[in-house]
This record gives sequence, structure tokens and C-alpha cells, in this order.
Amino acid sequence: MIIELGHFALILALAVAMLQAGLSLAGAARRDLNLMTAGRLAALAQFALIALAFATLVHAYFISDFSVANVAENSSTAKPLLYKLTSVWGNHEGSMVLWVLILALYGAAVAWFGDAMPPRLCARVLGVMALISLGFLLFILLTSNPFLRLSPAPENGMGLNPILQDPGLAFHPPFLYLGYVGNAVAFAFAVAALIDGRVDAAWARWVRPWTLASWCCLTLGIAMGSWWAYYTLGWGGWWFWDPVENASLMPWLAGTALVHSAIVVERRDTLKSWTILLAILTFSLSLVGTFLVRSGVLTSVHAFALDPRRGVFILVLLFIAIGGSLALYAWRAPALEPGGVFAPISREGALLLNNLILASCCATVFIGTLYPLFLDAIGGPKLSVGYPFFDRTFVPLMIPLLIAIGIGPLLAWKRGDFLGALQRLWAAFAAVIVAMLIAFYLSHGGPVLSVLGIGLAAWMGIAALVEFADRLHLFRAPWAEVLRRALAQPRASYGMTLAHFGLAVTVAGIAASGFQQQRIALVHLGEALPVAGYTLRFDGIGKHEGMNYTADRAEFTLLSGQRVVAQLAPERRFFPLQQQTVSKTAIHTNFLADFYLALGDPDGKGGWAVRAYWKPLVPFIWIGGVIMAFGGAVSLSDRRWRVGVAARRVAKTALPASRSRA
Amino acid sequence: MTGRRLLYLLPLVGFLALAAYFLRGLAPGYDPQVLPSALIDKPAPNFTLAGFKGGAPLSNADFAGELVLVNFFASWCVPCRAESPVLMDLARRNVVQLYGIDYKDKPEDAAKFLQTFGDPYRRIGVDETGRTAINFGVYGVPETYAIDRAGRIRWRHVGPLSEQVVRTEIMPLLKQLGAS
Repeated sequence: MIIELGHFALILALAVAMLQAGLSLAGAARRDLNLMTAGRLAALAQFALIALAFATLVHAYFISDFSVANVAENSSTAKPLLYKLTSVWGNHEGSMVLWVLILALYGAAVAWFGDAMPPRLCARVLGVMALISLGFLLFILLTSNPFLRLSPAPENGMGLNPILQDPGLAFHPPFLYLGYVGNAVAFAFAVAALIDGRVDAAWARWVRPWTLASWCCLTLGIAMGSWWAYYTLGWGGWWFWDPVENASLMPWLAGTALVHSAIVVERRDTLKSWTILLAILTFSLSLVGTFLVRSGVLTSVHAFALDPRRGVFILVLLFIAIGGSLALYAWRAPALEPGGVFAPISREGALLLNNLILASCCATVFIGTLYPLFLDAIGGPKLSVGYPFFDRTFVPLMIPLLIAIGIGPLLAWKRGDFLGALQRLWAAFAAVIVAMLIAFYLSHGGPVLSVLGIGLAAWMGIAALVEFADRLHLFRAPWAEVLRRALAQPRASYGMTLAHFGLAVTVAGIAASGFQQQRIALVHLGEALPVAGYTLRFDGIGKHEGMNYTADRAEFTLLSGQRVVAQLAPERRFFPLQQQTVSKTAIHTNFLADFYLALGDPDGKGGWAVRAYWKPLVPFIWIGGVIMAFGGAVSLSDRRWRVGVAARRVAKTALPASRSRA
Repeated sequence: MTGRRLLYLLPLVGFLALAAYFLRGLAPGYDPQVLPSALIDKPAPNFTLAGFKGGAPLSNADFAGELVLVNFFASWCVPCRAESPVLMDLARRNVVQLYGIDYKDKPEDAAKFLQTFGDPYRRIGVDETGRTAINFGVYGVPETYAIDRAGRIRWRHVGPLSEQVVRTEIMPLLKQLGAS
């Protein structure tokens, strides 16, 4: 009964979305405040209804109601409660409901905070978001309904893919979706601006918090996914240039460009139509990320067509959303007023360079990811895709960007002083040399590229700090003055410093992967294996029973000389329901380096294959990601975007003018 | 002004081209797994590759007069890991000779890969530049070719081999070619 209630709520949400679109768009066109207010209420109602539908689905998973087909296919009784609940979005149908739930959440937030915005802009944004919601609610109800019953109900469910039964992956999709769907808000703002035919600094100020919020979530989501791949797949790798990973990287790259170009629109009222295009492309890539990956089209177009109804529906939706907005762009964008001019060496110039490079990187990933699909369309000479392709294209593209990150923030708006900026960065130059020497010494002459990478990370990190110290007049002014300046700095500038510093930390972690040492060997009980200056002792192996798996658990002791560093217990878990074996790695970390141990197969004669890695600085990759997201959050808390400030400022400046007229 | 307008049309045109391509993928009866190869029933391209880890060079003369499978692989290729049990099984059953071509790979990485997943190959050639792969028309790794006794390519498979491919394609092919 409860699940039918959920089904009904979702149908009702569809009707409300229709209302929301109609009321908001008509209200904006007719400048009818009542209609627009009704549209905002509809956005709140839509969220409540979808939340109810989602809650009934969660409930069905909670009580393991196998009469619901979706639960029977994706859950089972013998499973920890946490994974029963995360199974809700571990499948296609459920994840679609999560997707529209998050979209409705953003919609409700826009409606809630809408008082601060010009009513017509708010109404148009809500109207466009309702149209997106409409499309996806229809998609769920017509082709991917999670509320269908199964009769007769089976005794037990088929269970969740064991690989997904992991805390890291359990919360990875919600963050990723918060990021993807957040881009829908920026998209809706862009379409609203195109309908309106006007983009100004105020528009940029309203759109930036949403972009930032979704960028933070996407950053965390990607970091989480990469961390999960690292400790689960048992290969010690953290990025595989896999289509699924690339699909989340593309909107991140485009979104990063958007966060930066929106600054230029806000401060200098230029790069407008480019920013609009970026907003459209970012969301388009998010859609591609959600749907094309899920549908399997990236591995084979054929898999997509296995369920032709779904495939055609998705394509039509993508076609309307992307094609429609790009057509609107082609029609309306030329009418946008061009903004102020600037010299190539300037803050705007640096941000434009950032955008160009990020866009090229994004295009590279796009081509590399979709390449298998273009094969027979292009013909001609063939490229190779995988590590070699991305290492040779993506990495060289990123390097100039990483160098420019250090200099850009030191340039003034309109016309910057390049040499002056370089002079102020002497400390960063010194840091590069010192860091490279240290890296070279500690790694006993390790790979050149890794040493250079460490230098690059030092450059970015120190340059970010130099820029910040420069703002505070550190070492130039008395301490009281520095403190006063520190307190007066807008949070957005703290956010930028943190985000750039976080990227430096991540780059250091990536660069240091060249210094890793590994040992893949067959070990017998009692044997000791030397790895990277440590000794790994194989103490025992036994069977271990989990709730829904059985495991071989090995006991190892990690020794440094005679001193015990850690006990490591890697496992090989076998899930009988799905007939799958999953490795559970054992990682000892001190945040500067990881010791990583994965248990392989037995040779049947008492020997076990193990893979042991010593990975210096690898935790930095994810720590940097968290710092970046934190920087974004700090910037988000800046007064400037706080609700109402923008509107009040507009009101304040408008007031004297009207008075003087009176 | 019209030139500028055309510029704004560019994103839409790019998107439409992309959409048209995807639409083609949905046409009934279209299966991208069946990639046409111009080389089917043609003589396999000649090659001479450096041997793996100091082994003797591998050239197509080495398996003249034999019915063999040539498998392009690389240590950086994740699907290759997936197909390795299938290859190991083929090697164990000794139904056909397997030759490996290590594609755009570092030999030490490949050695680790083979040590971990097992080495099903009779011999391995190292194609560091990818030239041989281009001559074969390799789309990506893994990819497998069947070459008959006369040195002609008779069959190719793009992507990882599976038990099913072995059962429904390779075994019948071997039967047919072995009989003739």
C-alpha cells in the first residue's frame, strides 16, 4: 500500500511540475506577480511530493518488501542495514528517483531564496527547471518505474552488486548527483538569461553560488569515487581513465571553467556569451554523464539499444534539452551586449586562459571517452585510447594551466604587470628548486617527471600562499595591520587560496605516484617479504564469515627493522549470492605515505599471491580534493552571495536616484 | 555581423552531428561489435617485432603453416585483465596456439601483468610504436585475430574474449579450419 502511495506521489509531482512550468513561464512573460508566486509554491510542493515518493522507496528497502520488483532485484535480507538503504540508488530506477529528488531540492531552494532575485529571473529559472523535471519524471514513470509490484513475491531478493557494498561507494552517487544536478540550476539561469536577452553582473552574482555549490559536491563525489577505486580494486591505482570516471571529470572541468568565467562576468561584465555557453555545456555533459554511462552506451551503442524504449527516450530528452538550449543560444546570444575590453596580460586574460585550457582538456577527455563510438564513423588512421592517449594529451595540456595558476591571481584587472607578478613570486621559484632537490634526494634519483611534478606542486602551493600574504601585506605592514586586513578579506578570497592550495596538494600526490615501490610475490606462511625498506611477515590465514559473504583473511605484520608498524589483514571476500569475489585491501597510512596490501589467489600448494605497494604522498590526492571542496564552501559562505545582499545593494543604489528624480 | 552569427551556430551544429551519430546506433540490426575488417580473408600484414624480455624476435613467418590466434594486449588495459582467464583456459586446453602482441606498453609493466594474470602465450612480440597494430587495423586493445595455415586473417574479435565467444565463435572456427 505504501509503495502505491509513493507511485501516486510521483504522478502528482509530474502534474505539479507541469503547473510549475506553465505558471512560472507565463507569469514571467506577462509580468504577473501572482502567477510567479504560485510557480514558486509549486516548486516547494514538487519537492515535498518527490521526497514522499523517495521515502516510500527507502521504506520498501528498509523492510525488505520483495513484492516490489525493484527491491527484489536489488536487495536481500542478508545484508547490513546501511547497504539495504544505499541499494535504493544502487540501481537504474532508484537512482533516477534520487536524481529528480535532488533536482526538486535545488528547485525548492531557488524558490525559497527567490525573494532576493528579480521575480522574473526567478520565475524563468523555476520554469526551465520544471521542464527538466517534467522530462525526467516522464522518463521514470513510462520506462523506469521503481514502484512496480512483483507477483508472487519471491522469498529473498537478488542482492546488491558486492562491489557496491562499501561505505565509500554508498555515498558517492548522492554527492555526484548533487554536483550533476546542481549544474541544472546554472543551466536554467543561462536559459533564463537568453530568454531575457540580458546578462549582467547581478545575474553572475546570483548564478555563482549555485555553480559553486554543485562544483564542491562534484569535487567531493569524484574524490570519493577515486578513493573507492583505490582501496577496492586492489591495484593501487586511483584513476583509470575509465568512461565512467571520465563522465564525471568532464562536467567537473567545464564546471571549474564556469566558476572562473562567472567571476569575469560579475566583476568586469564581459565574456558573457561564453559563460552562457559554458553553463549549457556543463549541464549537457552532466546529462551525458548520468545517462549515457548508465545506459552502457559508452561501452557499446548496442547495449543502449537493448532496451530501445529507454534509449530512444533518453536520446529525445537529451536532444530537446541540449539541442533546444543551443538553438536558443544561436538565436539569442549574438544580441548580448559585448562587454569591456582588456589586455591579454590581465586578470581577465588569465581567467580566459584558464577557460581555454580547461575547455581543451574537457574536449580531449570527451574525444578519448567517446572515441570507441566514433570508430567506424571516422575511418582513417586509428588512435589508441587508454593511459597512453590521456597521458600524452591531457597531462601536457594541464601543465601550462598549473603554471598559470600561480601567476593569474597576482595580475590586476584590465591590465596586469607580468614581470611584477613574477618578481613577487621569488619565494615560489625558490620553493620549486628546494622541493625538487628534496624529492630527488629522497627518491634516490627517481623518475624525472615525478620530480618535476613535485616542483610544479610546490610552485602552485607557495604561489597561492604568496598571493594571500601579499593581500595581507604580510612582512610589509605591522602585525596589527596584517590582522585587520586578514579579518577584512572577503571569504571568497580565502576560498580561492584554499582551492588553489588544495589543487597543489592533489598534484603533489599525483606526481609522487612515480616514486611508489611495489612487490608482487607468492608468499608462504611465516615468510618475510622486503618491500620499500619495510618487512612484511605472513603470520596466518583463516576463514572468516561475514553477514553475506565468506572470506579468506590473511594476517600480516609490517615491520620496520624490528619495530612493529602495523598489523594488516587483507581479505578475499566471496559473495555466494552473486558468485563474485571481491578483494578487501589492507592499508596502513600515516597521511604521508600508504602501505597497501592486497591478497591475490592461492596457488593451491600453500602459497598466496600478494600485491604490496609503498605509495608516498598518495593520501594527498584526496586530501587535496577535500581542501578544494572546502575552499569552495568557504567561498560560498561569502557575504556577497548571501541571500538578499545583492537585492539590497541594488535597492540601495537605486534609492538616491529615484529620490533625486522626485 | 552574419559571420559572427554563424559562430554562435557552431555549438548547435556540432551537437546535431553528434546526435545524428547516436541515432544511427539505435537503428535496428546495427551492432557495433561487428566491426568490418577489410583484412578478413586477406593475408595478414607482415611484421617483425622485438621479442619480449630479450627473447627472439617475433614475425609472422614464425607461425607460417599453423593455425593461430594473435592477441593484442597491454598491461594498462583493464578489459585485458578480464579476458586473461579465458586466454589461460584456451592455453591450458591446448586447442590452438596463442601469440601475444604487447601493444604500446613498457616491457617491465607487461612482465608484471603476465606474472599476475598468467602468461597464456607461446611467444610475445613487443609493438611499442603501435605500427603493427595499425597495419592490422586494431581499434583498441584487447583485440584477437585468427590466422589460418595460409597466413590469411579469418576472424577478428574486438574487445575482451569471453567463454561465450570461445564456445560460439572460436571453437566452430577451429573445427572448420582444422577440417579443411
